[in-house]
Amino acid sequence: MVRRTITGAHYGLKDWLVQRVTAVVMAVFSIFFVIRAWVICPSDYIGWVAIFEPSWMRIVTLLFFLSLFWHAWIGVRDIYMDYVKCTALRLGLQVVTILLLAAYSLWAIQILWGF
Amino acid sequence: MLFKIYRYDPDKDAKPYMQEYDVELQSTDRMLLDALIRIKAMDDTLSLRRSCREGVCGSDAMNINGKNGLACITKLSDLKTPVEIRPLPGMPVIRDLVVDMSQFFKQYHSVKPFLVNDTPPPDKERKQSPEERAELDGLYECILCACCSTSCPSFWWNPDKFVGPAGLLQAYRFLADSRDQATSERLDNLEDPYRLFRCHSIMNCVDVCPKGLNPTKAIGKIKDMLVKRMV
Repeated sequence: MVRRTITGAHYGLKDWLVQRVTAVVMAVFSIFFVIRAWVICPSDYIGWVAIFEPSWMRIVTLLFFLSLFWHAWIGVRDIYMDYVKCTALRLGLQVVTILLLAAYSLWAIQILWGF
Repeated sequence: MLFKIYRYDPDKDAKPYMQEYDVELQSTDRMLLDALIRIKAMDDTLSLRRSCREGVCGSDAMNINGKNGLACITKLSDLKTPVEIRPLPGMPVIRDLVVDMSQFFKQYHSVKPFLVNDTPPPDKERKQSPEERAELDGLYECILCACCSTSCPSFWWNPDKFVGPAGLLQAYRFLADSRDQATSERLDNLEDPYRLFRCHSIMNCVDVCPKGLNPTKAIGKIKDMLVKRMV
């Protein structure tokens, strides 16, 4: 069998761009969240619930988590690409990571709308 | 002046080792290469590459006290002793400080480092305005010494798939050339998670370039072009 180096997958730009956009979303949300928590200054569970009470707050928090998971997916995939040389193992790890992050997304929805 | 130099002859040595040399320097010895040539006179089994001895040919790139550079333009007075000299990191060692550059040049060739223009050439030359010519400043000066690519962890991990800073700088040199007509093909060639996007902008390449070039900036401009093409 010819041991040819195979490149030219013709993707990568979108992931690179997504990583930048999601980073901005996370940065903006983090600053906003710290200010909001500072203003409301919750002292107990009821206070923390109040932070997430409005629907818009739940939506932007979900956007933050989705950005985090998408950002994490690209970062973790890059690590697999660098260190896991066996294609089957890399694909397996990628599938597990995607399923895990999808589960985390659903879990985040459950937490945000479940109280 | 005390030197510790990486020695390895695959035909004789089971594994590499560091050899110490204490050299009596002369007043005319200014650069590291002067000292290495003096060591070579003491011990002719030491192998290293050098040619122009003035920072133009790029032959004597090596790892000097942990940082890649050209021996011929590294001042002895700036070096801490003992001076540790190793071959370029991540490259297969042929002998002592001489490394196999095949992979590096393979990546360089893969970006088609030549002008692609199928229109019939004019009688004299393909002209550029001074502004168009200025676009190539900071790109064409690369001497392919490999200091940058061999200081890049992404190139260490994937030398067969990641083009590396030197190759990408040259790729942008032709993307930025007003006379070149293969922009789309060149961008297609680079839009790949390995070939271009292994660069995470850690700027080791900028830190070591003996010609003061900025491959990270060139890579950023390639990414800009790809974004412009997409959105």
